[in-house]
Amino acid sequence: MSLNVSNLTVHHGAICAVNQVSLAVPTGKLAAIIGANGAGKTTLLRALSGLNHPTHGSIMWKGEKIVGLKPETLVRRGISHVSEGKSVIPELTVRENLELGAIWRRNAKESKESINDVVSIFPRLGERLQQRADTLSGGERQMLAIGRAIMSKPQLLLLDEPSLGLAPLVIEQIFQTIRDLTTSMNLTVLLVEQNAMGALKIADLGIVLNLGKVVAMNHAQVLIDDPAVRAAYLGY
Amino acid sequence: MHKLLETVLIGISTGSIYALMSIALVLVWRSTRVVNFAQAGQAMLSTYIGFEIASRTELFWLGLAAAIAAGALLGAGVDFFFMRVLFKHAVSGAAAVVAPVIATLGLLGIIRSIVGLIWGGEFKSIKAPASTDGFTIGETTIPFSALNLLVIGTVFSILIVLALVFQRTNLGLSLRASAYAPEIAQLAGIKTARIRTIGWAIAGGVGGVAGMLVTSNNFLSPYSLDLLLVFGFIAAVIGGLESMVGSVVGALILGIALTFILNYVGTSLVFIGGFLVLIVVLLVKPDGIMAKGRARRA
Repeated sequence: MSLNVSNLTVHHGAICAVNQVSLAVPTGKLAAIIGANGAGKTTLLRALSGLNHPTHGSIMWKGEKIVGLKPETLVRRGISHVSEGKSVIPELTVRENLELGAIWRRNAKESKESINDVVSIFPRLGERLQQRADTLSGGERQMLAIGRAIMSKPQLLLLDEPSLGLAPLVIEQIFQTIRDLTTSMNLTVLLVEQNAMGALKIADLGIVLNLGKVVAMNHAQVLIDDPAVRAAYLGY
Repeated sequence: MHKLLETVLIGISTGSIYALMSIALVLVWRSTRVVNFAQAGQAMLSTYIGFEIASRTELFWLGLAAAIAAGALLGAGVDFFFMRVLFKHAVSGAAAVVAPVIATLGLLGIIRSIVGLIWGGEFKSIKAPASTDGFTIGETTIPFSALNLLVIGTVFSILIVLALVFQRTNLGLSLRASAYAPEIAQLAGIKTARIRTIGWAIAGGVGGVAGMLVTSNNFLSPYSLDLLLVFGFIAAVIGGLESMVGSVVGALILGIALTFILNYVGTSLVFIGGFLVLIVVLLVKPDGIMAKGRARRA
């Protein structure tokens, strides 16, 4: 197992946002984390990337304990986090946003190569490299945010609601790209989503969170077929 | 005609020094969200050190380099020893907003006392690095001198270097990213705390230059840079407090406006003139002259 979380608890002040969560994701697998608003999905991701500090529990990544490490350290260990709400910097150009992802590698040549890689994945970004990021559409911004994460050459990709506020057709494209990237780059992916059906369809593994606790964890297809999960999260 | 030309030229020369102070304030504001009143003190202490070197070696430029180095060290030190500690202990609430600003005021006082102890309160001056005699056009001599030209040249060279660093280097990208979106910068692997300290160092160095230039033809005392801080701050607000380009434009507008008041209205109204310019800009364009009608996101 490349990512192993056990008994993880995270508090926001007095509120327990993530409560004794244990989960494991094997290398190269895409896990969808679904659940209602306030279920603790975002808090869980932020704990994994070092933005939140757990009160209890452990996170093992590639056999090492990573609790307490800072985000800038975790990037260097292969963990990239695309935070909620199109995490791009509007004041910077598309190219600068991408360069940011590779900045810690301090290698201009590799950075250029990575930009070419990202542009071949998202050709629309290639046409807009010199534009400021705030001129992009919502879908393009999400592509840019994922592109920035790819620039860091991650092994573990944490995606927080990439479908938020996007049109259905664009959501489908983004989900398909996430699936393709997982396979082609052998990424381990944690995909947090409100769009439960869309996420489970492309996932290998499904994890259902409710009020900070894991209430179901299984193969994605099993969850899609589970009447209780369907009723509660898939709406039919 | 000569008077108009002279007013504009002197205005640019004065404004260019405000621009440096204003950039120093903007750099700190956008990375730390603190209006750094201690900047006047940091610049003043750096200038004292620069003066000391310049008067002992009789080399103004060596003094300027010393002032830059001293300013940078001081700036980094203030962030490292004061701001980091403050932010660690005052995380949220009114105290977290007010404490750092009050701390910069306190620091200004401390620096003044230290300077007073070492150098005393009397006025100091050095030999200007260029002639202060006005240029002659045809028959008339205007008060615009080689020193003014040198000031403009020095400031614009520094602005070009800053622009290149900010736009073309990884350090510049890290500085901008950390200021605009610290969390995203951190997720991209930037060590934001270190970058912020570097930002304070750059601000401090730029402030040191401002101090040296403004006093190269003037007197230095523990209070002599306070007005520069006020005008630098006004210029920064005119520029919207966020934009370095805006603050330079703001400073030039302010410099020219104040020189007009000085030459055409009267010396006594210069200080009030600065605030008039500020009020007019805030009434017409509250987000600063660079705002494009869109409020910056929180």
